[in-house]
Amino acid sequence: MSEAYSRKVRKAVHLLFYKRHLQPGVRGWELERELGEDYAKVLEVLDDFLKKLDLQVTTVFEGGEKPKKAAPDQLHAARYYITLRGDMDPGELKLVGWRIDDLSGLAATIPYIISKGGKAPRDDVEAFLRVKIPGWRVDLNIDRFIRYGYLGEDENGQLYLDWRTRAEVDQKALMELLMSVQPTT
Amino acid sequence: MAQDSIKITKRERLLRIIETCRSVEERGLDPFAVNVEEILEVIRLCFPEWKSIDDIVLDAETINRISSVIKLQSDWVKYRSTSLYRDPFFIEDRIRRLKAEDLAGIFLKSWHPVIELEQLSLRSLAAALKYWQDLVPLDERWMEARVAEAEARYVSRDGLIQERVLSEETFEVELQGFWKELKVRTPPGGKIRYWDFIGAETYQETVRRAYMTSFLVTYGYAALEEDRLEGEVYVKPFETQHSIIGARQAVSIPISLSADEWRKEREAKRA
Repeated sequence: MSEAYSRKVRKAVHLLFYKRHLQPGVRGWELERELGEDYAKVLEVLDDFLKKLDLQVTTVFEGGEKPKKAAPDQLHAARYYITLRGDMDPGELKLVGWRIDDLSGLAATIPYIISKGGKAPRDDVEAFLRVKIPGWRVDLNIDRFIRYGYLGEDENGQLYLDWRTRAEVDQKALMELLMSVQPTT
Repeated sequence: MAQDSIKITKRERLLRIIETCRSVEERGLDPFAVNVEEILEVIRLCFPEWKSIDDIVLDAETINRISSVIKLQSDWVKYRSTSLYRDPFFIEDRIRRLKAEDLAGIFLKSWHPVIELEQLSLRSLAAALKYWQDLVPLDERWMEARVAEAEARYVSRDGLIQERVLSEETFEVELQGFWKELKVRTPPGGKIRYWDFIGAETYQETVRRAYMTSFLVTYGYAALEEDRLEGEVYVKPFETQHSIIGARQAVSIPISLSADEWRKEREAKRA
């Protein structure tokens, strides 16, 4: 790899790993400004490097849906993150600061909202979670999911999936797994 | 009299339609519970009766609400055609029957958390240290300005201009000039970073430019655009003055303009 490319990959690492704004991640146009027109190629090289570390460059397009073939302006507006490439063992949960019951609350909320077409009233979500989680904890959990960016709440009290869910959760895989697992009694 | 009461009944029907559409929108109810065809027929039948502005406004509001419901119906159809669609009752039942551990296990297989670092580097420490050294102590910053007592006396307009209390130009002329400058400094159809536009060599001048910019926006010569993700504000000039009365609801964007912020901006610009 040429020295110029190495320098660009190093710069991309700095841009993508370190939080520069309120949210992590960098927009395509920012990467183009800092890395040049071939920023997509630089990201490809970086992604290849990250494979060995079980990390990847994740692209989240505006509106959440991934186009079949992204146009340059869609790439410009997209947000790029570094995420874990593989998945985690339940034993590793503590390392990332989550309790299993809190995570299961999030795991229940996301498919619930997806199944309702992407939006669900907060009251309904709370009632749904209260079946298995104490009421006081449900409220705390939903506030926490909102604070972290997994959920958003609109002015009508409707919950929707926010930027972090779009960046971190493979929604299709989650729904398929949910359908394939048989509940144990 | 009888006609008036029929009209009231018709108004009530439209009000009920608006209420139904609003509940569908706000409470996430099934948009297909609304019979759009039937409602459009009601609106069509009522329309010839409307004479006053209030009636027409009500009619327009009903059309607006019904179009929102049609949009929700269209979104719902689009969503059902995606690979993500599953029967909500089935999903709810499946989640209820799964143990918390199993649910978390499923989630872990589709979860790829974002990696983000926050770390001090030697360079950022050095910059912070320099900032600390330049920082004026609080008691000095908050020190009240000492004002010498003076007798009241007559001051001419020229005197006020000399003291920079009044400007030589009228405010309107100055504002027009400022608008022209904004248009020159912005690429056609584009926008300029707020701080890039108001930033000046002195803090006093920066405040004056921010003050003038606020009037450009208020009087419809330009618009402020806020990028909440990046924490940036941009100024976008209009080619002609826009009338803002009756348009969208005005929103205030508070922008901090402290001397510290000005200093940081100047330093960033020089770097």
